[in-house]
Amino acid sequence: MSTRTIQGQKNLQDIRQASKDGIGGSPLRPDGTLKVKGEFAYSSDMWHEDMLWGMALRSPHPRANILSVDISEALKLPGVYAVLTHDDIPGSKFYGLEIQDQPALAIDKVRYHGEAIAIVAADHPETARRAVKKIKVEYEVLTPIVTEEQCLNPEVHGYVHEPHEYKSHGHGNICHSQKLVHGGGVTDEIRALADVIVKSDYEVGMQDQAFLGPESGLAVPAEDGGIDLYVATQWLHVDRQQMAPVLGLPEEKVRLTLAGVGGAFGGREDLSMQIHASLLAQRTGKPVKIVYARDESFFGHVHRHPAKMTYEHGVTRDGKLVFADARIVLDGGAYASASPAVVGNAASLGHGPYNIPNVRMEAIALYSNNPSCGAMRGFGAVQAAFAYESQMDKLAAAIGMDPVELRQLNAMSEGDSMPTGQVIDSPAPVAELLQRVKDMPLPPPLDLENLDVRTLPGALSNTSHGEGIVRGIGYSVGIKNVGFSEGFDDYSTARVRLEVIGGEPVAMVHTAMAEVGQGGVTVHAQIARTELGVEQVTIHPANTEVGSAGSTSASRQTYMTGGAVKLAAEAVKQAVIEKGRRRYGWTQNDLTLAGGKVVSESAGALIPLVDLLGDEAIDLTREHHHRPTVPFDKETGQGFGHVQYTFCANRAVVDVDVELGLVKVVELTAAQDVGKALNPLSVIGQIQGGCTQALGLAVMEEIIVRDGKVRNASFTDYLIPTILDTPPIPVDVLELPDPNAPYGLRGVGEAPTVSATPCIVAAIRQATGKALNRIPVRPEHITGTL
Amino acid sequence: MEFLRPATWDEALAAKAEYPTALPISGGTDVMVEMNFDVHRPSAILDLNRITELTEWEITGDVVRLGASVPYTRIINELSGPLPGLALAAHTVGSPQIRNRGGVGGNLGGASPAGDAHPALLAAGRDVFVEVASHARGTRLIAIDDFYVGVKRNSMEQDELIRRVHIPVADGPQQFSKIGTRNAMVIAVCAFGFALHPKNRTVGTGIGSAAPTPRRAVEAEEYLQGVLAERGLWESGDLLGAEVTQRFGELVKAAASPIDDVRGTADYRRHSLAVMARRTLTWTWNDYSKQIRSAA
Ligand SMILES: Cc1cc2nc3c(=O)[nH]c(=O)nc-3n(C[C@H](O)[C@H](O)[C@H](O)COP(=O)(O)OP(=O)(O)OC[C@H]3O[C@@H](n4cnc5c(N)ncnc54)[C@H](O)[C@@H]3O)c2cc1C
Repeated sequence: MSTRTIQGQKNLQDIRQASKDGIGGSPLRPDGTLKVKGEFAYSSDMWHEDMLWGMALRSPHPRANILSVDISEALKLPGVYAVLTHDDIPGSKFYGLEIQDQPALAIDKVRYHGEAIAIVAADHPETARRAVKKIKVEYEVLTPIVTEEQCLNPEVHGYVHEPHEYKSHGHGNICHSQKLVHGGGVTDEIRALADVIVKSDYEVGMQDQAFLGPESGLAVPAEDGGIDLYVATQWLHVDRQQMAPVLGLPEEKVRLTLAGVGGAFGGREDLSMQIHASLLAQRTGKPVKIVYARDESFFGHVHRHPAKMTYEHGVTRDGKLVFADARIVLDGGAYASASPAVVGNAASLGHGPYNIPNVRMEAIALYSNNPSCGAMRGFGAVQAAFAYESQMDKLAAAIGMDPVELRQLNAMSEGDSMPTGQVIDSPAPVAELLQRVKDMPLPPPLDLENLDVRTLPGALSNTSHGEGIVRGIGYSVGIKNVGFSEGFDDYSTARVRLEVIGGEPVAMVHTAMAEVGQGGVTVHAQIARTELGVEQVTIHPANTEVGSAGSTSASRQTYMTGGAVKLAAEAVKQAVIEKGRRRYGWTQNDLTLAGGKVVSESAGALIPLVDLLGDEAIDLTREHHHRPTVPFDKETGQGFGHVQYTFCANRAVVDVDVELGLVKVVELTAAQDVGKALNPLSVIGQIQGGCTQALGLAVMEEIIVRDGKVRNASFTDYLIPTILDTPPIPVDVLELPDPNAPYGLRGVGEAPTVSATPCIVAAIRQATGKALNRIPVRPEHITGTL
Repeated sequence: MEFLRPATWDEALAAKAEYPTALPISGGTDVMVEMNFDVHRPSAILDLNRITELTEWEITGDVVRLGASVPYTRIINELSGPLPGLALAAHTVGSPQIRNRGGVGGNLGGASPAGDAHPALLAAGRDVFVEVASHARGTRLIAIDDFYVGVKRNSMEQDELIRRVHIPVADGPQQFSKIGTRNAMVIAVCAFGFALHPKNRTVGTGIGSAAPTPRRAVEAEEYLQGVLAERGLWESGDLLGAEVTQRFGELVKAAASPIDDVRGTADYRRHSLAVMARRTLTWTWNDYSKQIRSAA
């Protein structure tokens, strides 16, 4: 080995110039143009020679005993290859994210409207549809258990799951519960310390993730008896972990590759068609594709938990919060899904980003015969924020204080303690965020002389030419945790490879991260560029050949898998430098990679990577674990339960047609601390998207369920905001680094979804003077015509 | 499934006679959605898209003869002057994509109480006619008041097709308002069309999504016609006064028989119809008085 020292060269400045597409830059998404032009291949676009189409028969009843299932007519239909029921499942019959309480196909009873009972594989989707219709099911229809009162009185109304079948720690029809007591709790003595007490009930309707790409995937049987599944999901490895036992296969024989994902928002955390397509592929020996129709999609994934909440706050005359008491009842529906985690978030975050000396809380998730509810952007925190922020406005009004001032007076900051006892050990600029949205210039008032109906409530529906329009302004702030909590080690894995291709150093990043729109594919390349000083980075398709990347949820992917990419890239960088040291005997300890070269701070550029690597590739895999957390104490809710906290403040300006109850959000301002914006364009996109989804919950988005039956399983009547509903969203991004996080970053995606809903409702309240204790706010609430 | 593609109107009528259960398709914005939702499994589809006459309109005398397949976008761009009420209604239909494909013939064919063309057609007067034809019996004109007969049912025979709609050229201001729970791309919670017809001293109303069929608010029309005549308002163009608009709104509200459904409550529909009736009356009357005053 040569020991020759390579001399540094001049122009270090140019070389050290950070790549504009490294971290802090805003390179565009590689899939962005394709998606806009309709050329991106989504999971529903996949095709395989000889492929069959799978389809499920779903229950029309929310609660029924299945007396018999007759598949004989369906099987006789030409083109039908298989009809399966739970009897045909080779392995375990149950699965679930946290609690394995959901049968892959219904066994003797159905517990919600739309539960899958049998599955069909046929050579054409139309044949499959006809075959499904030929399956005869005899039901004994039972009265569904759907209200809180019914759920909590199982002796009278029955059990959704029989007590002996319970797999959760729940009891009765309660799937999970969490209590919390902080300070002196809430007693009569403590109540007496408050000058003013405000108590109200609040209700949140059932929101849907409403992703546009329906559940879909392609299961291909492999020679080794395993299954290769190409699927749109949020976490490949947890899908595999749930699938393998049902398929009766070892995990290594269930291989997953991410297919093009058309949105997720939590709705792809649970399994949908994965097991069904794989069972059919196993049985028929042919590739099986399943694509849900839109109505089936509304039955095929969990929704946001509807909530009924009672909040009581006491405050002194000068605006200091004295106590807060809350009870949150979340309807989890038929199966557990993510209910335990949702309850944990609701309980621990449910009093908001405020210092409250005395706190009590109880959050529960019910089992019911309503549709199953689970993960959706901001879960647990979203429901609670509507209640506690509404309370803040009422408290401010009750003592005659400005609502922003009241919030700022009680805002928590770094060093303060959560009601769980967890001390916030990184920036928590709650008061500053509020100040920032308050200080932004207001949009101009309505110009009644030069009206453009598109800017008014109702827009082109032409309901007002200025009549009845009142403007309102509202403020809010919210808190969300980042990453999985309560002792969960949701680590991420990344593999980074550096080699010379076509005379250029090229990095490849391989993870199992599900790209669902959050921009991980962009950020991973940026991290590799910055750490390895190269321009060319390729992103390997996400699959289970590499270790878990955890879930694309809980605002965690940039923190966790981004962090893993950073670790792996750093390891590759060290290996490259070591290689150079060994070969050239470099003694400097200021070596790094930049501009495609090994450079020394003191000696300048030492060698191009191309020369150093030759045809050797450096290929290393690293895991990233966040700091450990612990479960909350069941009775007191105390514990270091969360990895990181994130905060967003909003201001909403709305015009309301107070006579017709129609709303136009004029502007929705956001200020959020993101620690470090790895890709500012993506960060702003996440905040604007989160605000828009919050707007949907505030004024239109609701799955309407009557007696356990879904009434609006289509985009005709499940309304999401259009561009005419979506206002300008000015975003103010703060970057106060979190010393515990890679690059100091803070998860971004969920905080605005938590905070923006209550602020829009506050603005509508200001315009109308109505109580508006339920969301989404409907015209009926504003006009008193419910 | 048969897919019939007649090249001419006569061929289309012949095809419909031969396959009476064939489902006509024009823009397909209802048909394709319903097939996707498995509402229909028609034995045959009759594609009208090759018949160019259906996408044409002409004005003869005081009447617009609007081809069944003229898409909403063209109604907005080309007919806002002669058919202001229908053009405003067209503006509220779906999204640009839907407005590029869908047309009034399809709206009439579906006869949904929520169809947005209907209130505008009803308001345009009693001389609006739907021109239908069959291979066996030739052409007939159905008065718009006789067209809607039940929920998603019209008075056409199975072998008939819609050729065009005859709509008088507006001789006074017209308005259309629709309630939806978002600001675009929304099926009406309820809708209201209103037109002043100064030539024959009448007014027209149309209520959408608030009864089993689109319907007229007959008593409201009669009340208003009475007031306008008695007080000489057609001639003077003087202000109507709050009690007139109020009463008119109440009568429109009384003419509806809405239900509670996922889109809204019956109470809200009644309430908002009264508001829309007051507002559209005010807007049209203000425009009318301006015309009278500037003519004077
Ligand atoms: C996303 C979306 C949004 C929509 N929004 C609205 C809205 O806001 N307001 C609204 O009113 N509608 C709306 N619709 C419904 C639809 O666009 C309208 O009803 C439209 O007028 C239908 O016209 P079409 O040419 O597409 O009809 P098609 O779908 O082709 O046909 C509709 C019906 O009419 C029959 N038909 C068509 N042409 C003839 C003919 N010449 N003779 C006899 N029968 C015929 C067909 O057999 C069928 O029964 C929407 C639809 C979609 C998909």
